[in-house]
Amino acid sequence: MSEPTVRLDVLKTYKLYVGGKFPRSESGRVYEVVDTQGQWLANAPLGTRKDARDAVLAARAAVKGWSGTTAYNRGQVLYRVAEMLQGRREQFAAEVAVSEGVGAKKAAALVDAAIDRWVWYAGWTDKVAQVAGGANPVAGPFFNLSTPEPTGVVGVLAPQAGYGFSLLGLVSVIAPAIATGNTVVVAAAERAPLPALSLGEVLATSDVPGGVVNLLSGRTADIAPTLASHQDVNALDLAGAIDPEGPGAAAALEAAAADTLKRVVRPAADPSAQDWTAAPGTGRLLSFLETKTVWHPMGI
Amino acid sequence: MSTLAANAPGAAGGGLSDVAASEATLRRFLHGLPGVDQVGLESRAATLGTRSIKTTAKAFAIDLAISMIDLTTLEGADTVGKVRSLCAKGLSPDPSDRSTPRVAAICVYPDMVATAKEALRGSGVQVASVATAFPSGRAGLPVKLADTAEAVAAGADEIDMVIDRGAFLSGRYLEVFETIKAVKAACERPDGTSAHLKVIFETGELQTYDNVRRASWLAMIAGADFIKTSTGKVAVNATPPVTLLMLEAVRDFRAATGTQIGVKPAGGIRTTKDAMKYLVMVNETLGDDWLSPHWFRFGASSLLNDLLMQRQKLSTGRYSGPDYVTVD
Repeated sequence: MSEPTVRLDVLKTYKLYVGGKFPRSESGRVYEVVDTQGQWLANAPLGTRKDARDAVLAARAAVKGWSGTTAYNRGQVLYRVAEMLQGRREQFAAEVAVSEGVGAKKAAALVDAAIDRWVWYAGWTDKVAQVAGGANPVAGPFFNLSTPEPTGVVGVLAPQAGYGFSLLGLVSVIAPAIATGNTVVVAAAERAPLPALSLGEVLATSDVPGGVVNLLSGRTADIAPTLASHQDVNALDLAGAIDPEGPGAAAALEAAAADTLKRVVRPAADPSAQDWTAAPGTGRLLSFLETKTVWHPMGI
Repeated sequence: MSTLAANAPGAAGGGLSDVAASEATLRRFLHGLPGVDQVGLESRAATLGTRSIKTTAKAFAIDLAISMIDLTTLEGADTVGKVRSLCAKGLSPDPSDRSTPRVAAICVYPDMVATAKEALRGSGVQVASVATAFPSGRAGLPVKLADTAEAVAAGADEIDMVIDRGAFLSGRYLEVFETIKAVKAACERPDGTSAHLKVIFETGELQTYDNVRRASWLAMIAGADFIKTSTGKVAVNATPPVTLLMLEAVRDFRAATGTQIGVKPAGGIRTTKDAMKYLVMVNETLGDDWLSPHWFRFGASSLLNDLLMQRQKLSTGRYSGPDYVTVD
């Protein structure tokens, strides 16, 4: 035996996560993902409008089952996601570090924060109704009760900027939407989609039914307008709408969404200044809810 | 590549009149048909399913497919109200876009024919009625004929009969043949005209492609105007290979006799993509002559909604959703 053999790395093929499966893009195309220094990291699938449409179909199909689970059960499923994420901390820390250009220590802290945020939202599932609903005093012999119900399919543009955007920011927009029983179609950050695509693998192994979370990588300017104008999407989270103009700009997307009366959460005024480690509050959690009010005669 | 093999009786003269002279001649003819190349058939059907139809061709195909639909409701829970609303949908599939074509026919049970006929009066949309103890076909001939006559008397323009698969599978071809002939006779109206007869094979129960080919020829010789794959009531319904096989049969039948027969795949066709695949098959196998509602139909119910959503996508540029079509 002369020279020791050199082992070739097994490179990972990143794929979309749609309907609980890991398809390649319908277009068959990929694009290069680079780190903050411009070094090649991986090829990510270039999701197209058709992929977005397929994802909406999958999300719609999952609404009935997911919104019908008990809040307690949803909380357990979300907690399970945190458990799975915990088991893959190193992988996510590495991906966050190269995606955001932060050091290993900071990246690890961001992953921990993301795990904690899943747990935090997992705890919210059976408490939302008490905060967003309740008994209303009415001038008549009736019980009048309001309960929050999920809006349906939410199109989410994952954050593309701000400290901790690539995983913590992503979790901060997905978890509140699905905690209340919605299903989501997520356009991953265009330049940093790897943590999102890996999150799909975590979700697939953690009791989240297929179709509840659908992750697409690709050009935001392609996917976002498709989601905004899609008549079967009920709400839109524009956290990642950072284009100043064009079809992917927040204002254009909001205008397209208005045609179908979607609920829209606007992006931060300055997305790059946003600190995703800050306490999230209940804003997003309460954004994708419809209030159902029931009148019931007293004394019967 | 005509399937009318040289050993078919009467093939030399091109006539098939003496084929059904007796059980023996009919069996000899049907079993003399060449065997189906299963692998070739399935790969041909799969290949034709890969064609990409876009933009203007897609718009044309969607409108054509809508105009070919036999909008069907065959539920035990059918009510007069449901049939009326289905007829209204057939007349104006997309009320928000009046350029949407009408469907070809509304397909109902015999007792709903009068209701459908009334709702469709003067529109040109046909009323099709299933008959002959649909979907199993297990009843005596008098019952089947009475079933048919009742539907025709109520005003049905088209009769969808089922063959007795038990008789066919046990080789009693002449019995099946005579039944089709008798039902065909029962389709005649007092004024001398006749309701169109579609013969349903329930291909999912015929087990082999060879049987589908035999059933196709049997029905065509017996006088069917249309041959139809399935009832939609069993696990396996219309599939592309089976439909392709039947398309080839009607092609060869016209080559042999000069008579053109229609084809209707039914059941399991739910998406625009599926419908496009069938249209491509028709075009590639039979050509323009069959690309009209007179000669090709889709037996479907949920397909229409998907076609309408795709149509809306083409005209508005944005994807539509189930909230924008009716719940049937």
